[in-house]
Amino acid sequence: MFELIGVPPQALFGQLLLGLINGAFYALLSLGLAVIFGLMNVINFTHGAQYMMGAFCAWMLLSFAGIPYWGALILVPVIVGVFGIAIERLFISRLYHLDHLYGLLLTFGLALIIEGLFRRQFGSSGLPYANPIPGGTNLGFMFLPWYRAWVVVFSLTICLGTWFMIEKTQLGSYLRAATERPDLVQAFGINVPRMITLTYGFGVGLAALAGVLAAPIYSVNPVMGSNLIIVVFAVVVIGGMGSILGSIVTGFGLGVIEGLTKVFYPEASNTVIFIIMAIVLMLRPQGLFGTPR
Amino acid sequence: MLVFAMLMALGLVAPLAIYPVLLMNVLCFALFACAFNLLVGYVGLLSFGHAMFFGFAAYIAGYAVKTWGLEPLVGIVAGTAVAAVLGLVTGAIAIRRQGIYFAMVTLALSQMVFFFCLQAKFTGGEDGIQAIPRRPLLAFIDIRNDFIMYYVVLVIFAAGFLTIYRTIHSPFGQVLKAIRENEARAISLGYAVDRFKLIAFVLSAALAGMAGATKAIVFQLASLTDVTWQMSGEVVLMTLVGGMGTVFGPIVGAAIIVFMQNYLSGFGEWVLVIQGAIFVTTVLLFRRGIVGELIAFTTRSPETDANQHTDLVDHPKVKPAE
Repeated sequence: MFELIGVPPQALFGQLLLGLINGAFYALLSLGLAVIFGLMNVINFTHGAQYMMGAFCAWMLLSFAGIPYWGALILVPVIVGVFGIAIERLFISRLYHLDHLYGLLLTFGLALIIEGLFRRQFGSSGLPYANPIPGGTNLGFMFLPWYRAWVVVFSLTICLGTWFMIEKTQLGSYLRAATERPDLVQAFGINVPRMITLTYGFGVGLAALAGVLAAPIYSVNPVMGSNLIIVVFAVVVIGGMGSILGSIVTGFGLGVIEGLTKVFYPEASNTVIFIIMAIVLMLRPQGLFGTPR
Repeated sequence: MLVFAMLMALGLVAPLAIYPVLLMNVLCFALFACAFNLLVGYVGLLSFGHAMFFGFAAYIAGYAVKTWGLEPLVGIVAGTAVAAVLGLVTGAIAIRRQGIYFAMVTLALSQMVFFFCLQAKFTGGEDGIQAIPRRPLLAFIDIRNDFIMYYVVLVIFAAGFLTIYRTIHSPFGQVLKAIRENEARAISLGYAVDRFKLIAFVLSAALAGMAGATKAIVFQLASLTDVTWQMSGEVVLMTLVGGMGTVFGPIVGAAIIVFMQNYLSGFGEWVLVIQGAIFVTTVLLFRRGIVGELIAFTTRSPETDANQHTDLVDHPKVKPAE
């Protein structure tokens, strides 16, 4: 077998694929964060917990109701999204007139509650979720499992669909207008509070969708979200939350970089994203795609 | 200062009634929370990564005392110094953003320190540094006795607290408050805002480190728990419950949370749920925290009532987009 830059190609491309998969989750989650932040100025700390809920919800639908993966892919974002809407109405909506930091503290508390309840119920060990598309194909230089290919393609589609909706449709133009001047948009007769609520539900739905996608790859466990969300925060800081396309590109890009680090310098694979964040902050504090204040 | 004297008097007699090890835990976390509060309460910077100073200093102190055989006080000083250096590096990065971004950046940086501690050799990985000896302090104070150790911790706490108190009530502290209230105006008045922020950050990091190093000596253990983001969240909770931006709030908050954890330790995961619930209720119902609400209650005047009223009006705060 030949070698590439001193590494067997199976390892290299295998890690690249893993990186792309991680990048898909970074992109989906940071996209949801960016959409919510854009309109509400709230950093949704509950995002990781909602991602975890998505995975658990898929598991419960399969175990208790016999609803397979494909059904869960549609049902779970709706269920968790409705849950998110309830949270927004009950709690977060009371804080809009305050400093944004209170939104962060509130959603952090909510995340602790949700994680604690799930840990209480399911323990800290993972639950298995059967792979809906087993098998794969040998591309000659690497083995490509079908499911992983599906995750990358599907999440890319969702990301680009979201981008299209926000940047190119009328609904999206309302959204962007409300981001800039909520008072003016309200004066034009658009129900901004309802739009905020639905946007939050949508962002949460994206997190839940990522959770369903993750269920067959990672074991379904209560802490899967909190560990991921901190990395996603770093991704968001690197990309800057100004642009939708930016958060997609940053998400996938950083996933790949992380994968490559695993090949060439595995000790740093956990920290490479944080190091990149530090460098970006020194050189371009507003983030790669952010606009200067 | 009168309140402080009363607290100290209370601190002197407290071990007669309550288990001193528990009290030492309270004092360590109280100092940690006070250090955190210096940043969030007086500069308006919410750090979500203060556990990196607390936990990392604990490792340094533990390693210095156990492996190098240094005396405990030197270990604590070493931990404090290293935390200050770590604060200088991370602070220089983090103060480039404000508000929510600052919180996310500090959280990410502390997670980086967490992974470093997990992988580095000297920290002992998952085991941590165990059985750190409690050698005689200054060669004559036998701190193996919990009562004596308690009074040492009380002195350390008082020193840290007075440092913070002096800082807040100095001209330097007034500039910090000005930055909190209106950063743009502070800049236009000619203050090198970033330098003030960085000094405050380093001071806060050093004192958080002092708390962590002391805790390592008290419990003879430095472990990964103290570097996790959950620990960062806990210190935020303590300060929030007690009252952000109040001098004594963090002490009250730390006492409440530590006692709560002590009495609820049998309930396992419910502690997490209860902590989350306290977060939510505090943010929704009494944002000023216990001490903050008490101050507001006792110094109630028509002016503050009017302020409260405007606070409740439901309108989006117009702020320049970041």
